[in-house]
Amino acid sequence: MATTGTPTDITQGSRTKGGIGESTLRPDGTLKVTGEFAYSSDMWHEDMLWGHTLRSTVAHAEIRSIDTAEALATPGVYAVLTHDDLPTEVKRYGLEFQDTPVLAHGKVRHHGEPVAIVAADHPETARRAAAKIRIDYADLPVVTDEASATAEGAPLVHEHRDDHHADHVPHPNIVHRQPIVRGDADRAAERADVIVSGEYVFGMQDQAFLGPESGLAVPGEDGGVDLYVATQWLHSDLRQIAPVLGLPEEKVRMTLSGVGGAFGGREDLSMQIHACLLALRTGKPVKIVYNRFESFFGHVHRHPAKLWYEHGATKDGKLTHLKCRIVLDGGAYASASPAVVGNASSLSVGPYVVEDVDIEALALYTNNPPCGAMRGFGAVQACFAYEAQMDKLAARLDMDPVEFRRLNAMEQGTLLPTGQRVDSPAPVAELLRRVKARPMPPERQWLTAGEAADVRALPGGLSNTTHGEGVVRGVGYAVGIKNVGFSEGFDDYSTARVRMEVVGGEPVVTVHTAMAEVGQGGVTVHAQIARTELGVAQVTIQPADTRVGSAGSTSASRQTYVTGGAVKNTCEHVREQVLEIGRAKFGTYHPAWATAELLLESGKVVTDGGEVLADLVDVLESESVDLELRWRHRPTEAFDLRTGQGNGHVQYSFAAHRAVVEVDTELGLVKVIELAVAQDVGKALNPLSVLGQIQGGTTQGLGVAVMEEIIVDPRTAKVRNPSFTDYLIPTILDTPTIPVDVLELADEHAPYGLRGIGEAPTLSSTPAVLAAIRDATGLELNRTPVRPEHLTGT
Amino acid sequence: MRVNFTVNGPPQEADDVWEGESLLYVLRERMGLPGSKNACEQGECGSCTVRLDGVPVCACLVAAGQVEGRDVVTVEGLADFAKQREEHGGCASAGSGARGASGAPEASGTPGTSLDEARGWAAKGTDSGTGEGDELSPIQQAFIDAGAVQCGFCTPGLLVTADEMLERNPSPSDADIREALSGNLCRCTGYEKILDAVRLAAARQSEAV
Repeated sequence: MATTGTPTDITQGSRTKGGIGESTLRPDGTLKVTGEFAYSSDMWHEDMLWGHTLRSTVAHAEIRSIDTAEALATPGVYAVLTHDDLPTEVKRYGLEFQDTPVLAHGKVRHHGEPVAIVAADHPETARRAAAKIRIDYADLPVVTDEASATAEGAPLVHEHRDDHHADHVPHPNIVHRQPIVRGDADRAAERADVIVSGEYVFGMQDQAFLGPESGLAVPGEDGGVDLYVATQWLHSDLRQIAPVLGLPEEKVRMTLSGVGGAFGGREDLSMQIHACLLALRTGKPVKIVYNRFESFFGHVHRHPAKLWYEHGATKDGKLTHLKCRIVLDGGAYASASPAVVGNASSLSVGPYVVEDVDIEALALYTNNPPCGAMRGFGAVQACFAYEAQMDKLAARLDMDPVEFRRLNAMEQGTLLPTGQRVDSPAPVAELLRRVKARPMPPERQWLTAGEAADVRALPGGLSNTTHGEGVVRGVGYAVGIKNVGFSEGFDDYSTARVRMEVVGGEPVVTVHTAMAEVGQGGVTVHAQIARTELGVAQVTIQPADTRVGSAGSTSASRQTYVTGGAVKNTCEHVREQVLEIGRAKFGTYHPAWATAELLLESGKVVTDGGEVLADLVDVLESESVDLELRWRHRPTEAFDLRTGQGNGHVQYSFAAHRAVVEVDTELGLVKVIELAVAQDVGKALNPLSVLGQIQGGTTQGLGVAVMEEIIVDPRTAKVRNPSFTDYLIPTILDTPTIPVDVLELADEHAPYGLRGIGEAPTLSSTPAVLAAIRDATGLELNRTPVRPEHLTGT
Repeated sequence: MRVNFTVNGPPQEADDVWEGESLLYVLRERMGLPGSKNACEQGECGSCTVRLDGVPVCACLVAAGQVEGRDVVTVEGLADFAKQREEHGGCASAGSGARGASGAPEASGTPGTSLDEARGWAAKGTDSGTGEGDELSPIQQAFIDAGAVQCGFCTPGLLVTADEMLERNPSPSDADIREALSGNLCRCTGYEKILDAVRLAAARQSEAV
């Protein structure tokens, strides 16, 4: 049987060294520009069927009956499965709690929940058959916010919770709650000369990765299944999939297909189990590809949040205290909500020194769409609120907003509200100084020499709504703090297998990890690390799959740190073994084999003084060295459930933004003119990729500042805009110039001193844009995204 | 039904096409050309952009039957298409197809990017990348060199769109580039490196002339 689109090794040669610190080009670049790179939706298999998912049309209802007879009788249909067809006792899955039914059982808890799956010989046949499934729903009342979810007699989203947070939460509709108490906020408030407070609202953002959820499941002759899929963490998927299928993990063989972006939205399972169930039932390969409409229901979103903040400051500009309460809407299933709560609470103070705090963050269970991981993960919502507070405080004190932040900026050595000390560089003040020092973009930049206004440079753009009349400029600043890696005591390891051998008279290295390359450039960096550590030009990156140990998730800005660290570590051990072989063969010929520090460079064993001792080709001959090793960053601790104290985080990442906007105050339209960024990256392993991460993250922050929001009807809990027509993400015309200033202050605890970078730029981008719009309009604007009616008051 | 059309030059025949299928579906699922991407299938994201008789269109919005007797160029054929254009003095065509309906090249508001500036944006990469020996079109090479590719899902559509723009407007201003590419969504890059890539391709093109 033929399969097309299966991933193959990617070999990258290099004329020069191509190690870390260079902007080497992506090894998958050529495949991606020629259209040959096989994404998960491109897979094709002879005799393949198409799967389709029938989803609930209501948010909360009892399922009285499901009639699949007509669907099953449709010509071309091979299988129709519901909850009753699940093969084992394990019928639920989930990242942290196993609270999510594979197919709805007895009731649905949110709009778009999967109820039945169909396999047919054409995708349209599957869709039409699914439409013939008759489901009798009896509506249940919905809970959609904190008031309705915790009201007396509120319907419980999950009636019989058995998860590890069930015992300590104040209400069964609260997934997890994390207070942090340190010092005495009430007493400290007495020292304050000014106190400002605010209630802030953060809308529901979608990851909107372009490659839809998709994959191909191929039944194996051994009763197992081969699954090709786009995900962020193969082994986490595997751990959730195998028990539902009733198969041991070794019979579920997963391979990463091309991933069209992720941004957190592929941490949870989508079509994986469904495709496997249909493949095992029909005995045929089954492909499932969501369309964009379904994709909006197929993955979790960023938690919308309500945040209450109170800060005080003395008249000389020092923060006295923080009281805050952050309520995140987790929707119908837990997903990553507990960890998002931990982040939101522990980073709620921002990159500032505040000794007396009273913090509470919690996530709700509601009948809204499930929310979970998205780039920034709880720290984004908090940053929006604390940065608005900083501007308010500066205004009350008649201080410059950057100067006020600088006075309170954390630095290396600062004690966080969790009691953890920041033990690596924290250049918060310096990042702000840098974005502020940049020259401003020219005024009235829409006037090109000798011509009329270029509407493309104005709010409203090609809609031709203004030629400059009513347009006001504003400038805003923000800075944020994001943790790197999995926190709160999680065993956050990665695994790398590295093989060195001689092929065709040349030493070559093969790197095999299960790291999900989702576009970030991990594969580029792995090859660079192997070249740096092993001194070879030719490195082959094998496709990620479950034949090698877990790499952990491509999340939390962690992969270059953790899987990069694992590749480095395995390379170091391979080098030691290669040197051992060399010593055994050639040790007697030169004393340096025993006495000197030896390196591998340009295919040779050299001393640290640069003397060549042997060619790797001669050392290895027909031998190979092949190791698979786990690597861990330093351990973290859980936060105390009552006080929030604990060394919960591994590392922090900081970025600052300056936004320059122009607002058409008559129509409420915003044009972001420039979004300048400064970020400390510790060490830029690949400077070009670093810029790409910073600019891309910044743009997602811009999106949720002025356009992106999933609108959920508060009455029905139904999603109203599941399309790219109605959910707007920034186009190239909406996106400004993004100048980037990169600092490299090494973190001595991290491989090469690097700092995880992917998320920090998403944090401060949004509040900087909001601050600039406030500066332009004088409006308070406590909600993001800003819509035209918020600016015109209409 | 049966549909006859040319794809990247040679004539093709697609059989058993259901009337509701799009050109995108036929290309991806019937012709083995999945390079055109299925990101939204509602004409909003531009990831499936192909040239139909020379005009960039969203293949998801074209019914398969509409391409009967017409010429289609996809990302898979872009390198050949660009080479052919170069050999025919800057006037490529997809088979016998007519040129784009957009008419005369637009005047650009501000001068294009100089080659020196564009070189500044090019990566100081030392890798030749994979697929060594693959002949790429200038815009494809520029996307790799400038770091305009991350997840790559938007890349095929952007390449087809950008290539067509450079054909019409060989020295575009930044505003021209933004306008021409505004129908192609990218979620990874923040567009800066995509702008760099188009500037780089334009600059290399002007140097080559």
